[in-house]
Amino acid sequence: MKPFEILTTSACALPLASIDTDQLIPARFMKRSRADGYGQYLLHDLRFDESGERRPDFPLNSTSAQAAGVLVTRRNFGAGSSREAAVYALVDFGFRCVIAPSFGDIFASNAVNNGLLPAQVSETDAEEILTLLQTTASHITVDLRDSLIRLGNRTFTFAVDPIWRTKLLNGWDDLDLTASLAGDISRFEQQDAGARPWVQIQDSD
Amino acid sequence: MTGTGQPRTLFDKVWDAHVVTRREDGAELLFIDRHLVHEGSFHAFNKLKDKRAKVRRPDLTIGVADHYVPTRTRVLSEIAPDIAGMIRQLDDNCRANDIRIFGFDDPRQGIVHVVGPEQGLTLPGLTMVCGDSHTSTHGAFGALAFGIGASEVAHVLLTQTLWQKQPKRMRITIDGATAPDITAKDIALSIIATIGADGAQGHAIEYAGTAIRALSMEGRLTLCNLSIESGARCGMIAPDESTFAYVKGRPFAPVGDILDRAIAAWRKLPTNADAVFDREIVLRGMDIAPTVTWGISPEDALPIVASVPDPAAMDDASRASHIREAIEYMGLTPGQPLDTIRIDRVFIGSCTNSRIEDLRAAASVLAGRKARVPGLVSPGSHLVKQQAEQEGLDRIFIDAGLDWVGSGCSMCVGMNGDLVPSGERCASTTNRNFKGRQGPGARTHLMSPAMVAAAAITGHLADVRPLLRSDA
Ligand code: SF4
Repeated sequence: MKPFEILTTSACALPLASIDTDQLIPARFMKRSRADGYGQYLLHDLRFDESGERRPDFPLNSTSAQAAGVLVTRRNFGAGSSREAAVYALVDFGFRCVIAPSFGDIFASNAVNNGLLPAQVSETDAEEILTLLQTTASHITVDLRDSLIRLGNRTFTFAVDPIWRTKLLNGWDDLDLTASLAGDISRFEQQDAGARPWVQIQDSD
Repeated sequence: MTGTGQPRTLFDKVWDAHVVTRREDGAELLFIDRHLVHEGSFHAFNKLKDKRAKVRRPDLTIGVADHYVPTRTRVLSEIAPDIAGMIRQLDDNCRANDIRIFGFDDPRQGIVHVVGPEQGLTLPGLTMVCGDSHTSTHGAFGALAFGIGASEVAHVLLTQTLWQKQPKRMRITIDGATAPDITAKDIALSIIATIGADGAQGHAIEYAGTAIRALSMEGRLTLCNLSIESGARCGMIAPDESTFAYVKGRPFAPVGDILDRAIAAWRKLPTNADAVFDREIVLRGMDIAPTVTWGISPEDALPIVASVPDPAAMDDASRASHIREAIEYMGLTPGQPLDTIRIDRVFIGSCTNSRIEDLRAAASVLAGRKARVPGLVSPGSHLVKQQAEQEGLDRIFIDAGLDWVGSGCSMCVGMNGDLVPSGERCASTTNRNFKGRQGPGARTHLMSPAMVAAAAITGHLADVRPLLRSDA
């Protein structure tokens, strides 16, 4: 995974609350292969009308959004289904960071596993950032080393779990670390088999 | 794993028993006792193939076909090839890795969170994960069960472990008895309306209190199922005699000496008297009424006797903007009494409310009556379907004019093609009223099975209580 340290990019303002993962990628697209890129399905039913036409007033359809690396939105982003495809859609569209007052827990951990930073800000700061993005220049800097967001002459702090911060800064994949712990896992399994024999599934057929 | 010392919560006891090792930064590697996979797990199996790796513990991994299975035919060649392909792909991935599978043609097939408890695979004190957010369901047994994403599914397939940081502990106590005819669904929706759809984010919930103890195992499954709709990582209920009685005799449950040892260990799981929670919420059982959702988030829930909220009367600007958005999507009017909202169809099913008690509750309202709207009844598993047919419940649904179909996720998520047409309004026993969840443009109202039956009979959202009192 690509390490995340400091990102300067344009940002897209999406002033909606509770954008759930069903909206981030509708279920009907989840059969598709990732190789085709999931960016085309991101927020599909909000971006396109029933005849498949782009809704011109939807923020993600603006020309500036095409180059945006940061999405700014309201509370409870990514609630609902555990589908990691929601993160694939954001990442494949070009986002590397989502700024919001709160995130669905499973979404946030899926995001970190794909190098996407869930940056949590206060509700007041989220509103101010959204307003600034709609009025002044859209360039934003997200600095994970100091947990700071810079926008024009304003600076905001964001929160991210320290474990996730380290993982993103280093671009670590959990699997590499766990692979080196195979011995510990085997020892646990041996002890546990004696202590909790009911964990083993008895074949009834 | 000393079992002595500080008072601990149910959550702590299960967590502590599964820690393989701890990292400097505080993350802990948890051993996973049960890993459930379904058709949607293909991204994770693909990662495995890329690495040419094998599943570490196929014996603790269980495949269930549910998300894409057709409910109107038992013949795969009759359905769309891309959907049939999803079901075959799960079969192939499980066979290739020696994973036990309850596939589409298995007589025990059903929704993953119904099959687990039904087969005795779900037990107290276990850690259970699945690439599905409603894995919280299994917490009804006092298991630590939570949904994970595809990267984590791949991690569990390869290592049978997961890196986790401890969530905070929250206890929700429902004190005193609930009124007659109040169900676990009403309790759950009331909780979510009280604390919000993100109210429990970052927390593991324990449900406690007399109203929770009084719930059947099926009611507890419904309640824990909906934990994720308040944003919780998981929901748990301490195991008790109801739990042990339910587990005993299930096909994969422990037997003999091992069962006795297990029950002795499970009796030690309940939270110690002095254990401390990060947050405590207390609700009064008597305050809970039959509840429905009117909006686009499960937190948009109100007693059936209430009215659609008026955003103009709100002080909170962001709440007012959400209510406006919800009213517009749902095609409602501010101030409209909820029991005047006309519906176009009903759905009874999903891992939330498709077990035998749910079907009995709906059937008892529908018996001898006719539905004014079309609808689908999809039992939670093939075995639930058989049981219902033995009891004659299928006849009640069919005579009322509803379709009695096979088991699967069906209209909960619409992946198999069971969809609510755009603009139509559905009274549903499912778990999510998100925009487009039951199909693009579909409008969903969540409620209990008995309340869905009442809506079917009257053609609008309705209080089921008068219908229960009058003779059919
Ligand atoms: S019934 Fe619905 S919520 Fe339950 S597992 Fe299936 S899709 Fe998920």
